[in-house]
Amino acid sequence: MSDNVLVITEHLEGEPTEISFELIALGRRLAAELGGQVEVLVAGDGAAAMADRFGGADTVLVVDDARLDGFDPEGHPRVAAAVVEARTPKVVLVPYTSEGMDVASELAARTNLPLVSYCKDVRATDGLAATCQLYAGKIEADVEVEGDRAVFAVLSGAASAADGMGGGAGTVETVDVEVDLPGRVQALGFTQPEAGDVDITAQDVLVVVGRGIESEDNIAEAEELAEALGGAVAASRPVVDQGWLPKTRQVGKSGLTVKPKVYLALGVSGAPEHVEGMRDAATIIAVNTDPQAPIFGVAHYGWVGDLFDLVPELLERVES
Amino acid sequence: MKIAVLLRPVPDPVEELELSDDGTDLDRDFLGYVLNEFDDHALEEALLLKDETGAEVSVWALGTADEVDQILYTALAKGADRACKLGDDLGALDSRAQATLFADALGDEAPDLILTGVQAADELVGQVAVLVASALDLPHVEVVVGTEPVDGGIRVTKEFWGGITGDYQVALPAVLGIQAAREAPRYVAVSRVRQAQQEGNLEERDVTAPDPAPGVKVVEMRIPEAGEGAEMIEGDEAAAADAIVEILRRAGVA
Repeated sequence: MSDNVLVITEHLEGEPTEISFELIALGRRLAAELGGQVEVLVAGDGAAAMADRFGGADTVLVVDDARLDGFDPEGHPRVAAAVVEARTPKVVLVPYTSEGMDVASELAARTNLPLVSYCKDVRATDGLAATCQLYAGKIEADVEVEGDRAVFAVLSGAASAADGMGGGAGTVETVDVEVDLPGRVQALGFTQPEAGDVDITAQDVLVVVGRGIESEDNIAEAEELAEALGGAVAASRPVVDQGWLPKTRQVGKSGLTVKPKVYLALGVSGAPEHVEGMRDAATIIAVNTDPQAPIFGVAHYGWVGDLFDLVPELLERVES
Repeated sequence: MKIAVLLRPVPDPVEELELSDDGTDLDRDFLGYVLNEFDDHALEEALLLKDETGAEVSVWALGTADEVDQILYTALAKGADRACKLGDDLGALDSRAQATLFADALGDEAPDLILTGVQAADELVGQVAVLVASALDLPHVEVVVGTEPVDGGIRVTKEFWGGITGDYQVALPAVLGIQAAREAPRYVAVSRVRQAQQEGNLEERDVTAPDPAPGVKVVEMRIPEAGEGAEMIEGDEAAAADAIVEILRRAGVA
C-alpha cells in the first residue's frame, strides 16, 4: 500500500470539470497529512491530450482508451477500480457528481474499500475521517474510517479549484490496465440544453421558488414580484421535476449556476445540490417556515415565516 | 418486459429532525417516514413504460419503517402489478445492506429492468442502484431523466450538469438510478389506496438483515446551527418586508 491520494478526475467534451481541480486541492492537503503524493486518473478517449492540465498533481495517470467514448458508466468505474488495485492509494477521491455516482459505489464494491458519500470535508491527520451532509443538508455527520484506506465521494466546494491547478510535478505516466469492457452501455452522444425563454444566468435579481411554493398556480405571485424587481423567477429541482417551470429555470447541480446581485429564495430548503449553483450570489435572502432549513446557512439574510404572507407585503412596497 | 422498482422509506423531509441521546443517529422513535422522492419518480417512469409497452411492474421495499405497507399499497393503487415487502422490523439499514437484500430477492425474479431513485437523503455509503447492479453483475446508469424502449434494450438519458444530457443505449437486464421521470409522479386518490389495502395483495418474504458492513463509523451527528452566518430578520411579515426592501435598495435593485 502507498501513502498516496488518488483523485478520479472527470471531464466532459475534452474539458476537465472544476470539481476535478477542487479534489486535487483537497488531495494535496491530505497527501501532506499522509506524507504521500497526489496521483490523478484521467481516463477516456483522448485523455492524453488533457494530461498537461493537471499540474496540481504529482503524477498524472493516463488511460487513453478509444472504448471509453464520452463518459462510460460501465467502463469508467472498471478502469478506476483497476488503477486503484494497481496503485494501492490510501485515499481515493471521487467527485460527487453525475459521473461520480456511477463510479464511486462500483469502485468501492470492486476494490472492497469502504465508501463515504456526501463529504464536505475529508481529513487524514489521525486516521481517515470525513464530515458528511445528510438529509438534504439538515444533518452533518462526522465519520471515521475503521481501516486505513477508503473511497470518498466529495461534494463540490470542499476546496478551492484554483489551489488544485498547480503545485505538483505533473509527471505524466501512461497506464496500461487490462479491463474487460462488456460494452453493455453504448454512448450515443451529448445534448446541449435548449435556450430557455429567460436566461437566469444573466439576471441581476432572481426570485427563486422551492418546494414551499406548494403549487403551480402560486408561481404567478413570484413572477409578479420578480417583474417588479426587474428580474426573473428561477426554481429548485423539486419545482422543475413537478413540471411547474422549465428545466432552463433550474438552479443547482443538475441545473445552472447563477451569480445574481440578489437571490431571494422563497421556500427553498437549500439542499447541497441547490447551494452548489447559487452560493456565489452577491446577496442571498432566504425565506422559509423551517428555522432548521439549511438555506439559512448560506444566506446573508433570513426570515423565518410564510412566503405567502411576505410576498404581498413586498409587492406593495416595491411597486409604490 | 418485467420491471422491478425498489422503494425506500426515508424520514419525512418536512419534519424537524432530532438526534438520539448518544448523538450518532436520528431519534427515530417518533419519526414519520415517506417514500424517497426519487423512488417516486422511478415508480412513475416504470408506470409510463408499462403504459407504453404493457410491461409488468413489481414494487419492492424492505420492512425498515411502519409506513412501508402504505408505500407499497399506494404503488399498487397507482398501477403496479405486484408488491413485495422484504422482512419486517428490520430497523434502519445502510445502503450496502439494503442493496444486498434487494439483490438477493431479485436474483431469482430476473427482471429485465430494475429502477430506483438516484439517491436517498440518508445514504452515507452510497447508491443502492449501483450496488444492486454490482451485486447482480448488471450494467447501470445513474441520474437518468428519461427512458425509451428500443430493439435490443433501452435508450436512456443521463443528466450531467448545466442542463447537458447524454443518451445511452443499454442492454437488458440493467439497473437505472432515476433522477426524474419524464412526467411528474401521478396522483392517486386516497380511496384507491384504501381499496388496494382492502384487497391486501401484499406479498411478504422473510429476510435477515446482514451484519452492518464494517468500515465507516458515525462519531457524531449534529444539526447545523440555523442561520449560521445569516443575519436573521425578526418580526412579522410587514417588518420583514421593510427590512428586505432596505436590503434590496442597498444592493441597488429596488
